[in-house]
Amino acid sequence: MAVDERTTGSAGLAIGAGSRLTRIGVRAALLLGVLISLFPFYWLVVMASGTTQDIYRYPPKLVPGPHLLDNMRRVLDTVDFFGSLFNTVVVAVLGTALVLFFDSLAAFAFAKYEFPAKKFLFGTLLVTYMIPAQLSLVPQFVTMAEFGWAGSLKALIIPGAANAFGIFWMRQYAQNSLPDELLDAGRIDGAGFFRLYWTVALPLFRPALAFLCIFTFIGLWNDYIWPLVVLIDPDKVTLQVALANLNVLYNTDYSLVMAGALMSVIPLIIVFVLGARHFLRDLAAGATKI
Amino acid sequence: MATVLDPPTDKQPLVRRTRSTAPGGRRRHVSPLLAISPFYVLFAVFGAFPVVFSLYLSFQDWDGIGDMRFVGLQQYGWLLEDSVFWHSVLNTFEIWFLSTVPMLFLALVLAFLLHSQVRFTGAYRVAYFIPNVTSMVAMTVVFGSVFAQTGLANSGLRALGLDGIGWLSSEWGIKSSISLMIIWRWIGYNALIFLAGLQAIPTEHFEAARVDGANSWQTLFRVVLPQLRPVVLFAAVTSTINGLQIFTESQVLFQSTDVGTTGGPGQEGMTIVRYLWQKAFKDHQFGYGAAMGWLLFAIIAVFTVINWRLVAGSDHDDRAGILRSLRRKKGARNGR
Repeated sequence: MAVDERTTGSAGLAIGAGSRLTRIGVRAALLLGVLISLFPFYWLVVMASGTTQDIYRYPPKLVPGPHLLDNMRRVLDTVDFFGSLFNTVVVAVLGTALVLFFDSLAAFAFAKYEFPAKKFLFGTLLVTYMIPAQLSLVPQFVTMAEFGWAGSLKALIIPGAANAFGIFWMRQYAQNSLPDELLDAGRIDGAGFFRLYWTVALPLFRPALAFLCIFTFIGLWNDYIWPLVVLIDPDKVTLQVALANLNVLYNTDYSLVMAGALMSVIPLIIVFVLGARHFLRDLAAGATKI
Repeated sequence: MATVLDPPTDKQPLVRRTRSTAPGGRRRHVSPLLAISPFYVLFAVFGAFPVVFSLYLSFQDWDGIGDMRFVGLQQYGWLLEDSVFWHSVLNTFEIWFLSTVPMLFLALVLAFLLHSQVRFTGAYRVAYFIPNVTSMVAMTVVFGSVFAQTGLANSGLRALGLDGIGWLSSEWGIKSSISLMIIWRWIGYNALIFLAGLQAIPTEHFEAARVDGANSWQTLFRVVLPQLRPVVLFAAVTSTINGLQIFTESQVLFQSTDVGTTGGPGQEGMTIVRYLWQKAFKDHQFGYGAAMGWLLFAIIAVFTVINWRLVAGSDHDDRAGILRSLRRKKGARNGR
C-alpha cells in the first residue's frame, strides 16, 4: 500500500508507528468521535418522535417513538411554521444571490484590473473584515429604524449583500484560475468589462462560487441575533427566532419544541450534505491561504 | 453602455501600469470602480456609519424613542461600576477558556488521526463538520434538554451510580455545559483547518527529519508544529473573536421574562453580548449598549493581539506568516 506508507510517514509520527494495533485504535477513536458528533441529531429525532414524559423518564427511552408526525402536526398548529420557513428561504436565497454577484464582480475587478487607489481600497476591505459584528449592534438597529426597515426582511438581506470575506476569497481564486490570455482574446472580440465578467470570468468562477454559495446560505439561514433584534414584528420572523419563541412559550411541552427544532434543521442538513464535497475542500484551502 | 471601453486601449493587458496615463485612460477605470462600489457603498451606510454613530450614541442617554441627552463619558463610568457587566466579562472569559483550550487541543489530535487515514475521509469530514452548520438555536434546545435536571446527562450519571449534576443550575455546571456545546460545534471545523495545514507540509521535510534520525516526538515538535503555526494562529484568533461574542447559547438556554434570572441562576450564564442585548433591546438603554459595544471591541482587540503574540512566539518570521503568504502571492503575480 504505497499511499498508506506516505500518510503514516507524515502523520503516523504523532501517534506512533503504523502497526496494525495502532491503526485499529485510530479507527476506533475516529468512529467514537463520529458518534459523539452525530449523537445529538439522533437524540433530537428520538425526542421529536416521543412524548414529553418519555424524554424525562428514567431509564430514558433511547429509540425513536411513534409520535413524530403527531408532534410535527402540533408544531404546524401552534406556530406559523411555513410563514417563518418562507421568510428564512427568502432571506437565504436572495441574500446569497446578491453576495455571489457583488462579491465575484468586485473580485474580478481586484484580480484583473488596475485602477486608482486599488491598494488602499483593498486594504480597507481587509480592515473592515476585522471589525467584530456585535460592536455596532445598537447603531445598526437604529439605522434600520431610521430607514423604516426594522421589521422588514430587507434589513437581513441588503446590509450584507457584499461582504469583505467573499471578495477577498474570490479574488484569491480569480488570480490563480483566470488566465489573462482568455481575457485578452475576449477584448480582441470587442468585449468590455461587464461582458468579460459575465461570459469569461463567471463560468470559470463556478467552483469558488459553489463554496461561497453554501457558506453564505448556511450563515444567513442560521443567523439569530440580528433577526432577533431587527424583526420587531412578532408575526414576521425567521425560523430561528420562531423556534426560540416556541422554546420559551411551550417549554413544558418538550416533544413539541423538539419536533420544531427537527423541522428547522432538516432543510439545511440536506443542503449541506448535497454540497459538502465542494464546501469542505474549499473551506480548508481558504483557511490555509488567508 | 457608457462604460464599454475603447477597443484600441483594451488590446493590451490592463495590468500594465504605464497604460493608465494614456489618453482615455481615465474612462476605463470607471467599470472596475463601479464593480467594486457595491461593497463600499453598503459598508459606508451599514458598517462605517453605525460604527461612528455608536461612538456618538455612547456619549448619550437615550431610550430609542425620546430625546437624547448628552452625558459625556458617564455611560462608560457607569459601565465600569456595573457589577453585572464585570460578572458577564468574567463569565465570558471563563467559558472562552473552558471551551477554546480543550477544543483546539482535541481538534489538533483529531487532525492527526484524520491525516493518518486513507479511507472514508470524505465521510469523516462530513460527519465532523455537521455540528458546525446546524442551527445554534436548535442544537441549544437539544443540549438544554440533555443537561436538564432529569435529562439524559444526569440519567447517564445515575446509571453509573453517580449523583446528578446541576448542569443548568450551578456555577460550573452552567459554564461546563455551554463550553461543551461550543466544543462540540467547533471541533470539526478547526480539525479540518489543521488537517489542511498538515497536508500542506511538504513530504521532503519528513524525509529529511527521518534521514537525520529524528524520532516521532522530535519530528512532531521540530517539524510539524512550527509549520502549523500560521494555521494554529488563524484558529486561535478566530476562536477568540467568536468565543468572546457568545450569545445564542446563553440567550436560548436562559430565556426568561424574569429580569432577575436572565443569564441563568446567579447570572452565571450571562455573557457580554447577552448583557449588551438585554440592556439595549430589553431595557432600552441604547447609549449604555453602545458603550458596552466599544468595551467589547477593546477587549477583543487586546486579546487578539495577546493571542497573536502567544501563538506566534518571538519568532518574527512566523508571526508574519499570514502577511508573508499574502506577499508571496502578490510577488508571484507581479513576476508574471
